[in-house]
Order: sequence, then C-alpha cells, then structure tokens
Amino acid sequence: MEKRVAFRSRWLPYVLVAPQLAITIVFFFWPASQAIVQSVQQQDPFGISVEFVGLDNFVMLFNDEHYLASFKVTAIFSVLVAFFGMSLSLILAVFADRALRFAGMYKTLLIWPYAVAHAVAAVLWLFLFNPTLGIVAHWIKGFGVAWDPLLVSRDAMVLVVVAAVWNQISYNFLFFLAGLQSIPKSLIEAAAIDGAGPGRRFWTIVLPLLSPTTFFLLVVNVVYAFFNTFAIIDAATGGGPGSATEILVYKVYKDGFKALDLGSSAAQSVILMAIVIGLTIVQFRYVERRVQY
Amino acid sequence: MTEVSRSGVTGGGASKRRMPWRLRNEGLVENRPVLDFITHAVLILGVAIIAFPVYVTFVASTITAEEVLAAPMPLVPGPHLIENYREAWTRGAGNSTAPVGHMMFNSLVTALVIAVGKIAISLLSAFAIVYFKFPLRNFFFWMIFVTLMLPVEVRILPTYKIVSDLGMLDSYAGLTLPLIASATATFLFRQFFLTIPEELAEAARIDGAGPMRFFWDVVVPMSKTSVAALFVIQFIYGWNQYLWPLIATTREDYYTVVIGIKRMIAGGGEASVEWHLVMATAILAMLPPAVVVILMQRWFVKGLVDTEK
Repeated sequence: MEKRVAFRSRWLPYVLVAPQLAITIVFFFWPASQAIVQSVQQQDPFGISVEFVGLDNFVMLFNDEHYLASFKVTAIFSVLVAFFGMSLSLILAVFADRALRFAGMYKTLLIWPYAVAHAVAAVLWLFLFNPTLGIVAHWIKGFGVAWDPLLVSRDAMVLVVVAAVWNQISYNFLFFLAGLQSIPKSLIEAAAIDGAGPGRRFWTIVLPLLSPTTFFLLVVNVVYAFFNTFAIIDAATGGGPGSATEILVYKVYKDGFKALDLGSSAAQSVILMAIVIGLTIVQFRYVERRVQY
Repeated sequence: MTEVSRSGVTGGGASKRRMPWRLRNEGLVENRPVLDFITHAVLILGVAIIAFPVYVTFVASTITAEEVLAAPMPLVPGPHLIENYREAWTRGAGNSTAPVGHMMFNSLVTALVIAVGKIAISLLSAFAIVYFKFPLRNFFFWMIFVTLMLPVEVRILPTYKIVSDLGMLDSYAGLTLPLIASATATFLFRQFFLTIPEELAEAARIDGAGPMRFFWDVVVPMSKTSVAALFVIQFIYGWNQYLWPLIATTREDYYTVVIGIKRMIAGGGEASVEWHLVMATAILAMLPPAVVVILMQRWFVKGLVDTEK
C-alpha cells in the first residue's frame, strides 16, 4: 500500500493536502458536528434560547407517529425502487449480453437516462402522469382505472417509484452487463452440452455467479432510494399527498427548513448519518471479501 | 470493482470469444432464431419505453400551450419548436422569470467548477498522501475517507447555516464549494498513483527533479484517462445538483436550470403552468449531460466503475 520511494519535505505535503482539508473541515466536519450538537439541544425557531435536552429529541422522534410513518414510507419506497430497478435492468442486461455484437449499440441506447437530473426526471413523469393532461394518465383512465397522483397516496407512490427507477436503470444495467460479460462462457456451454435449457442455465449458473454484482447493486440502490431521490420527491409530489411520499431525507429538510424545528431535524440527520455509515460499512466489508477471491 | 471479478473469475479475455461449435450444434443448445427474435424484441421494447418520456417531452416542446392542454396531446412534433425554445431561452416560463439561457450559464459554471475543483484538489492531496511520508498522513487520509459516508442531503441544515454565516449564499462560491468536499476523487487517484512504477520516481530523483516537477511531468500526464473519466462523472453530478442550489440561492440570477424547472411548475394553479415552455427547458437541461455521456461513453463507463471503488 505504500511507495518505497518517497519524497521528503517538511512543508510541501501539508500545502498539497491543505485545499482539500480546508474544504472538508469547513463544509463537512463543522456542519456534521453542528448537527450532532443540535440534536441534543432544544432551540426556539429564532435561535434566541438554547437548552440542553439530552436524548429528548431522539426519544420524541421514536414516539412520533409521523416519524415512524416516514420510516415505513422510506422502507416501502426503497424496496420498490430496488426491486423494480434491478429486475428490469437485469432482464435488459441478460438480453443485451445475448445480443452479442449489437450489445454495444443497445448499451448506448440505454445508458443516457443516467445523465438526466432527478428533478427533471420527476417533472417528465409528473407531466406524463398528470391527471388532467398527462398522456399516460389518459391511457390508464382508458382502462377504467381511477388515477390521480396529486390526491391519491398509492398513485403518488407509483409516480415517484417510476421516476426513480427510470433514472437508475442505466446504472444497474451497466453493472449487470459487465457482470454478465465476465461469466466464463465455457461454464454456460458445458451446461448446454449437459442439456440445460436457457432458463435452467440462467437460474442455476448465471444468477448465482452474478450474486456479487447483485449484492453490490442492492446496497447502491438502497442508498440511492434513501438519499439521492430527494429531488424526485420534492419536484414530483413534495412529500404529498399528506405525507404519503415523505421519505426520511425529505422530512429532515421539511422539519428543518419549513417547520424550523432545528433540534428534531438535527436528530433526524444524526439517525440518517448512522444509517449511511452502516450501509457503507456493509459495502466495504463485502468489497474487501470480494477482492480476496 | 468489476475489474477484480473479471480477472479473478475468468482469467483473461479469451472467454469473451464464443466457441465455434456453439454455432454449429444448434440442436444441442437451443433454437437460436426464435430466441434471437425475442432478444431483439425485448431490447427494442425496453429502449422504446425508456425513451418514451423524453419523446413526449420533445413533442410537448414543439406545440402550443393549448395543444398541450388538450388531453390527449398529439404525439407528433408540431411546428413551434423555434419560437418555444427562443421564448424559454430569453424570457423563462410561468412563475419563474429567470431566462433559461442565463440559468444554463449558471449550470455550466457550477458543473465546471465542481468537476475541475474536485479533480484539482484531489490530485494534489492524493499525490501528497502517496508520495510523501509525514507524521499526520494517516490521520489526514482518514479525515478525507470519512467524507465518503455522508451525502450533502444528510447535513444540509448546518451546512446551510455555515455558508450563510460566511456570506456565501447567492454566489458561485456558495453554490460550488460545499460540493467539492468529497473523497471519491482522492481515492481514485490514490489507487491509480499506487500503480505507477516505483522506478519512475526513483529515476526522477536521480535526475534531480523535485516532487512538483515529478508531479507535473510524470504523474499528471499519466493520470489523463482517470481525469477524463472523473470529469464526465463529476460534470453530470454538478450539472444535476438540486437540493443544494435550491436552498443556497434566493436570487434568480443564481438559479441553475435544474431548479429553474422546479420553480416554473411550483406554486400557482395547474392552468398557469406553461407546459410547452417547461418541456423546452427540460430538453435544454438534459442536453449537455446527455451529450457528454454519449460522446464520452468510454470514459463515462470507466468513471462509473472506478468511482464505485
């Protein structure tokens, strides 16, 4: 992990790391520590009086049915995004891998949604699903199904899940395709000689060999659904109707910026930090294990 | 990460070639023509479904406001492309009077500063961490490493307070600096520098070149591919930022195009939303990053794979 040849200088390395460290301290450590401090304080909205309240903010959160409801919404949302995002892209990747010399062409045609901003994706789908003028909403109603994501919780959830999956599909697709292309063809051919059909080969050979990629993508997708989808929620539903699509990250923002409940918002930030750190550790553990074989 | 599994599992690229017998012994494998047909049918359907929202957006940006409101709206482009885009570009739309042209400029500045800034500070710090031995090295490395774990969404409120205390709201510095703090790039460069042969540094030392000379003449030129890959990823990241520009700007002069779209549809009833102009703005907003991804596809894929450790 280390270079044998190293330059020597008493001051130069410090100068070189200084810009990154300065930015990290000012915009990272300082705010993160502020969040931790505020999470054990109670502050009035105008910042006039501050009181140390210990873990009261956390206790209150876990007794708050809105917060628990937000946990549930986040869980449902993440499961749906991870499941549909991964299975659809796996299907596309399996077929693209079969398409041989056309695989590159399909890849180009499938990767560009990654470049679309989450907020823009949300606006696109909001437009398509708009109950009065959306063309997809028009088709849904054509089947005699009532549809209004602005008023009905279930429809709003469908809207944000579709937008989030659409935005993430290219990423999953690229990694699945890379994973598939790294499976030795000799294994698949051996199974074919033994008489296994394409379906059997997929379930007994391809899928198990793909499990490292699948697991990696699962963590990435959960992190994505937990944190990066803020823009989708804000632009498409604003957490509504009611708080039907209010995921945890959105609630931190809403309670902090709109309700100005700093203590609660900070406590929520701290809980989220713990969740990200947990997920990151899971990811690193697994990456390390993988490097060994 | 895929690099590891590729070399580990298959032991080289030979496996990519299909065995010739497979083409001949069709009875043994499966009925290829049918499966080939299904393969392409599924893929074409997938491509069509994924492209559909953008197609509708494009159509909506070429017709009049009335035609958009008529449910269902037409699915063939209309003749108003140029006037819609000109209007959005110079006047903005709906509740946001910021001209899209200016917002595109802000987005460009933000994306470039974030991409270039991250790459620059990371090259320097990774160089220091790999090529120097100094007492606090591991401590600094650890400090940078931790930033991997916390996305800006999680520490948004205190960050806002600090930027506001520093008087950097409504400025390009405020828009970009907090997003430059990230460990991904430092990590990537560190990994790469560790693969540079020791002999090069040795030779440079024998020739009497100082560390900075070595940095500029050897390390930077060798890192070109990594820099390109990272640039693509960070440019998209910067261009598509949402939450931070949303709260760090209050004046329309500093809106980026992504939050401009949100302002255009926010507030006001359904009727006041000028969807044809919003859709023109959406097309404009996704064009630069999409072009970057498609034209620099190789670096984009490399960047994605590399930045995920």
